[in-house]
Amino acid sequence: MRTLIVFLRKHQFFTLFLLLEVLAFSMLLNSYSYQRTISFNAANNLTGGVFSAFSNLSDYLTLRKQNKQLLEENSKLRNQIQAFMLKVDTLAVYGDSSFQYIPARVIRNTTHSSNNFMVLNKGSLCGIEKEMGVMSSQGIAGIVIGVSSHYSLVMSLLNDNTRISARIKKNNQLVNVVWDDEHTAYGKLIDIPVHIQLNPGDTVLTSGNSFIFPEGLVVGTIKGYEPNEKQGLNTAELKFATDFNGLEYVYLIKNMRRQEEVKLVREKGNE
Amino acid sequence: MNNVYIKNIIRFVLLVLFQVLVLDQVSFGGYVIPYVYVLFILLLPFDIPKSLMLFLAFGVGITIDAFGNTLGLHAAAMVFVAYARPGILQLYFKKIETMPGEEPGIRKLGFSGFIKYSFTLILLHHLLLFYLEIFNFRHFFVTFEHVIINSIASLIGVIILVLLFTKRNRRKR
Repeated sequence: MRTLIVFLRKHQFFTLFLLLEVLAFSMLLNSYSYQRTISFNAANNLTGGVFSAFSNLSDYLTLRKQNKQLLEENSKLRNQIQAFMLKVDTLAVYGDSSFQYIPARVIRNTTHSSNNFMVLNKGSLCGIEKEMGVMSSQGIAGIVIGVSSHYSLVMSLLNDNTRISARIKKNNQLVNVVWDDEHTAYGKLIDIPVHIQLNPGDTVLTSGNSFIFPEGLVVGTIKGYEPNEKQGLNTAELKFATDFNGLEYVYLIKNMRRQEEVKLVREKGNE
Repeated sequence: MNNVYIKNIIRFVLLVLFQVLVLDQVSFGGYVIPYVYVLFILLLPFDIPKSLMLFLAFGVGITIDAFGNTLGLHAAAMVFVAYARPGILQLYFKKIETMPGEEPGIRKLGFSGFIKYSFTLILLHHLLLFYLEIFNFRHFFVTFEHVIINSIASLIGVIILVLLFTKRNRRKR
């Protein structure tokens, strides 16, 4: 024991180095282990404040682009209203009223790491909860994984842990969407059965099978597909609908019946 | 003596803000981000206690991590840089004479000397940072390419900052 202490004192520098490295590594491993749901707490209210102040300024630079996006979205919504007005059918139920959309601003957004995140300027005080979906005006964008009082942390689609249940619009085939680990605009469509035919440009929508996203939101379009007969399930390239580099405003999707659905599955799913 | 503390505190704040607010937001060519905050450790005085330097490196790293949601990643890389610094200085500049509080800047090491010194440490920093971030050796060569390109970008950033900094000092005198 004595010699150990003498040794450690003699190599104080090295010991301290090892100690700090072990500390850093354990923090890192911790944040990897549960899907990198990093302790998102008081510290993030501080860093969030800094980003929010900066983003207030830099927002002015992209006003023109934001206006254009809003205009496009407005016209899309207007068209939808028209379509609804034309086919007023008392028997049919259009859409799903159990989802509520909350607008929020992106104050921080990474696109170049191997696991990308966004920070939004709304937190638990605005009713944001973990595992709420996030969409832009173009398509889905990510999932909330952490909430502090004023900010929320979002795992963007550009993340190794992303796995979205989706379906192909033209034949309703269920597939899964993951990120391709590299590009800010492209993902991968996996679990495609061999007999399915796909063409570039085919639209991929959310399936509505999770409690996170409602059915029928745009995920992206097929970019390339080369079926491989030998494998049971094929993979296709997917172009995300959302432009992650220019993301400024998003909507958080609150599922009002989530509690009910989760409870039902938990109680009855095991029987 | 006080002067050294104040100078380094200001440098810490400015480098961290510049890194997280400006450089982290713009990525050249998709993935290249100059990590200039390493400069903080590069420019600490020669005679700083080694253990203090480790703590400072950890502090800088963890601050960058707090902003980037990468808890421990930059801290690990920075502590490694701080650990390697005395050895690198010893290796390249054996016979250098230093005064208390003096920094290993361009004026002391010379332009090529400073480039050699900072590029070695930046390369070590980036190697650890990138492989830790990917956390596997699946894309070994692609990652290595990224390390090299990014190190050069960081070096350019560091040199530009240092040149700006020294110039202003000279004008003041």
